[in-house]
Amino acid sequence: MMRIAVPLRSFAQRFAFVLLLACAVAIMLVGKADPLTFERARTEVTDLVTPLLDAIAQPVATGARVIDEAEQLLALREENARLREENARLKQWQSAALNLQSENEQLRELLSYQPKDAVRYITARVVGDRGGAFVRSILINEGSDGGVKKGQAALVSDGLLGRVASVGENSARVLLITDLNSRIPVMVQETRIRAVLAGDNSQTPRLVFLSANATVKKGQRIVTSGHGDAFPPGLPVGEITEVGESGVRVRAFASEDRLRFIRLVDFGRDGILTPPSAGVSE
Amino acid sequence: MQMTFLQRLDLYLRFSLPVALTILLAVLGVVPLHAPGFAPVAPMLVLASLYYWAIYRPQMMPLILVFLVGLFHDILIGGPLGVNALAYLAAYGLVAGQRRVFLGKSFGVVWWGFMLVAAAVEALRWILMSALGGTVLDPLPGFFTYVSSVAVYPLLSLLFSSVHKLIPMPEH
Repeated sequence: MMRIAVPLRSFAQRFAFVLLLACAVAIMLVGKADPLTFERARTEVTDLVTPLLDAIAQPVATGARVIDEAEQLLALREENARLREENARLKQWQSAALNLQSENEQLRELLSYQPKDAVRYITARVVGDRGGAFVRSILINEGSDGGVKKGQAALVSDGLLGRVASVGENSARVLLITDLNSRIPVMVQETRIRAVLAGDNSQTPRLVFLSANATVKKGQRIVTSGHGDAFPPGLPVGEITEVGESGVRVRAFASEDRLRFIRLVDFGRDGILTPPSAGVSE
Repeated sequence: MQMTFLQRLDLYLRFSLPVALTILLAVLGVVPLHAPGFAPVAPMLVLASLYYWAIYRPQMMPLILVFLVGLFHDILIGGPLGVNALAYLAAYGLVAGQRRVFLGKSFGVVWWGFMLVAAAVEALRWILMSALGGTVLDPLPGFFTYVSSVAVYPLLSLLFSSVHKLIPMPEH
């Protein structure tokens, strides 16, 4: 009968096992105490892996697009009708927007208003988005080489998706607004009441730090407030979906399914997330 | 027995297949699938791989590499560093130490073992993430991950067995 080698029998192996377990715990604690400690190591690794992910993500995206097209062909007539209706509505909005814009320009001239900072958009492909069950973040294929900076807002067509949490040379990680650690300064669009949108890994992040006498109603639109200089103000975030005992919950406009490309807003001002030393040159 | 350089290189490459496969599965696990309604979490491909090799070829999967693969996976998914390192080390230690239980048994037994280990790992991850986050997280996404992992294990096992056949037994 052949002897079966069983690992972890010898004292040395057991010692190594316990030592490695202790290292893992130590790393967790250090990472919790100061999240910036391992950031450099993380971005180096994602910089290495992102080209590979990019190469894999493209054929997968192409395959998905083929399936999409097939589905759309089947629903062509309804889609057509829906688009016509949407077009008509959007034309009305367009003419309203043009009116507001010219009124805006006249008012600005009257008040000698200072022009807003220039906004630039960076488009990036999502190369990694299915990860831990308890982590809501995505990996994109643009980094500091492409102008990506920590703290920039990440948008999809419908609204705010998240914020850039760490940046490598050719990769970056975006923390979604639904993640446990996400905190975004926001406000209610109509009343300008300020709050913070706090994610809790669920589909509906909560509004916290609302002042005690503030009243919010279901259906109100939430936009970024721009406080802390982290984001441009006025970016659409979501709408209030529930006001109750578990707090005020917001349904985000941005969908986290089927992410392909996102846009990052390069606002031109450094936000509170940038470390003091890096802010000097810009 | 004298081996030529090429023979030795071939041997080392084959011996490194389990670890290489595990790393590849970690990378593939985060690739976006664009499937609507699909759970936004990947099945535990890395754990399945570690589990299989811990039972059948633990010599090819040294502890330090399990630890490093765990850290690598933590970085890929963007979670707190150390969580998967700890979870995978614990799982590997548990399984490798008990491999006599699984060797030579039918696939059903091995699959059943995976169900237990995967449940323990997901529970541990939930506890660690909740503790690090300072709040009790909704365990539901963890549950979905668990179910999809158990369902996918038989397919993965086929893959692992095919790779297993490529690896010769070590001389000693």
